[in-house]
Amino acid sequence: MANGIALEKRGRPAAFLSRLAWRMPWLRGLGQISLPVLAFLVVYVAALVALLVQSFWTTDSFTGKIVHDWSLDNFRALREAPYPRIVLRTLGIAAAVTVTCAAMALPYAYFMVRIASRRLRLALLVATVLPLWVSYLVRVYSWRLILNPDGALNWALNGLGLPDLNIAYTNWALWLVFTYIWFPFMVLPVYAALERIPGSLLEASGDLGARGWTTFRRVTLPLAIPGIAAGSIFTFSLTLGDYIAPALVGGPGSQLIGNVVFDNIGLANNAPFAAAFACVPLAIMAVYLTVMKRLGAFENL
Amino acid sequence: MKRIRFVHVAFAAAVVALAVPASGVSKGSALPPKVGPGEGALTMVVWEGYAQPQWVKPFQTATGCKVSAKYAGSSNDMFNLMTSGGGGQYDLVSASGDASLRLIYAGAVAETNMSLIPSYKDFYDAFKSPANNTVDGKHYGVSIQFGPNVLLYNTKKITTKPTSWAAIYDSKYKGQITIPDNPIQIADAALYLSKTRPGLGIKDPYELTKAQLAAVVTLLKQQRPLIKKYWGLASDQIDLFKNGGSTIGASWPYQLNTLKAAKVPVAAVNPKEGVTGWLDTYMLSAKAKHPNCAYKWMQWITTPKVQAQQAIYFGETPVNRKACAWMDRLSKGSCAQYSANAPESYYKSIKFWKTPITDCGNGKKNCMDLRAWTTAWTQIKG
Repeated sequence: MANGIALEKRGRPAAFLSRLAWRMPWLRGLGQISLPVLAFLVVYVAALVALLVQSFWTTDSFTGKIVHDWSLDNFRALREAPYPRIVLRTLGIAAAVTVTCAAMALPYAYFMVRIASRRLRLALLVATVLPLWVSYLVRVYSWRLILNPDGALNWALNGLGLPDLNIAYTNWALWLVFTYIWFPFMVLPVYAALERIPGSLLEASGDLGARGWTTFRRVTLPLAIPGIAAGSIFTFSLTLGDYIAPALVGGPGSQLIGNVVFDNIGLANNAPFAAAFACVPLAIMAVYLTVMKRLGAFENL
Repeated sequence: MKRIRFVHVAFAAAVVALAVPASGVSKGSALPPKVGPGEGALTMVVWEGYAQPQWVKPFQTATGCKVSAKYAGSSNDMFNLMTSGGGGQYDLVSASGDASLRLIYAGAVAETNMSLIPSYKDFYDAFKSPANNTVDGKHYGVSIQFGPNVLLYNTKKITTKPTSWAAIYDSKYKGQITIPDNPIQIADAALYLSKTRPGLGIKDPYELTKAQLAAVVTLLKQQRPLIKKYWGLASDQIDLFKNGGSTIGASWPYQLNTLKAAKVPVAAVNPKEGVTGWLDTYMLSAKAKHPNCAYKWMQWITTPKVQAQQAIYFGETPVNRKACAWMDRLSKGSCAQYSANAPESYYKSIKFWKTPITDCGNGKKNCMDLRAWTTAWTQIKG
């Protein structure tokens, strides 16, 4: 008897919880995911909140200590030259890289899915992903060797009887290098999107009298759009935040948002301003993701 | 220096500092009258290459102080490591001129008794009390090595020897000029303007009023279209001189000697306006846990042979005049290569880096600080 009471007592909180969970199903769901949610809150959201909070503070410029006075000065300073231009330049390069990657990835992925043999497809997929196994720095440096005045590019051009092309240390070099580095991130989602198109759709299109180009334009392309959108999230956001490539292959006019953030943390010890500037790509990505969501990008991730 | 040269090596292995409890260390600010027995450990924040086994191992054997060195990626890294958590985690820091004054004014480093450093008397006079580590006659650390910022050019492409910094502002060399990507480079332009436009009244290139800084920024903005590359790493500039991308630029003796060794036709001059330079100082933390070992290290690192070893390893110039003979013994001709035997007047003419601060000595506090310089540098690069 005594044992039974003890058991009942011991079981009581658990029973209460289980009854509560049954009455309120949303609570049960929350309980089940609470650990990952907690980890997410601590690791990601807390870091972002810290960033946001810091952007309203200032630092004492001599001792480098953070002064906890709330002000919008850091954000006001963003409106002054040269920051708007740097934001526009970053946006422009990110957009150019994204468009180039998409334009190259579409025919490439199409070839892999529809034309290549199974073995060739596998080889191409591996070749696409292979560069990702090599250090980022090595890949950027190898482009310096290619683009240098006495590098492989001019050697090849001269061999074809063409004049030198000196684009080392310019924004053109930056565009090329970014396109190369982020290309795999565009190819894979596009490949996934194209692979999902059933062959029967293309046959149906042909049966209805559409030629190859019309089928591509009206069937394949619309179904590939979510893949392109998904890939563009990678290429766009990765370009938006990078600062190493501009420092290594960029020219005198190649400062991107990332470089200014880095300089303010690394040289000026002005973390609050860096935090404020870092909010700009955050805002841009928020807008971008909203647009991409409309295009169905997230169904392909 | 090398704050930029090592920016991308910031990921370099960090040796975990030994947490040896303080034992009988006086916390007073009074100078130690003598160096006591070593505490058995020494922790330092240094530039990569400053704690090489060839001079660390003999030190450990001789003193019993086990050295743990952490490499810093930038001057700002050093500043933060020495001040974070109230300091005290590290005993010594090899601070460059753009960090040393900040460390002193932040109270992170302690006054040093120079009479405990025997080699001090052999220093060239210019390095005994330089403005970047000596305030009001008080020494905050011991000078160790330096390097001038020289005008480097390709002798094949530029046949008439340039004699003025005007060359790097000359549209004749459009697209061929390389200068360091560092806000402190503003001082180089200020030095040039102090001679060519005396009307601006620039006396010290590190003490610029708002109007003076604006004039310097204007000059550097005009220079930007002529620039091939703002170099972040010494190897950037070396590559560009090798492959012909750049024919003239602001540089260091390190690049000159590396390029000469690679048979690239280059030469360097000290232009008539004078040169700036960097000078590194070993500074003692105000809360050092191993002050005796730290003093022993400062004694060791300034001895002629170790000075010569470090200078040759790193490509810089020792402050001890007796190091010259050792340099030639270790590597023939290296003494003259790095100007370790130049007349005293040469060292005195170098305007060494120091942190730009608002207080420029006239009591008005109307100078532009490093923050303003960094903002200006961002504007210059556009």
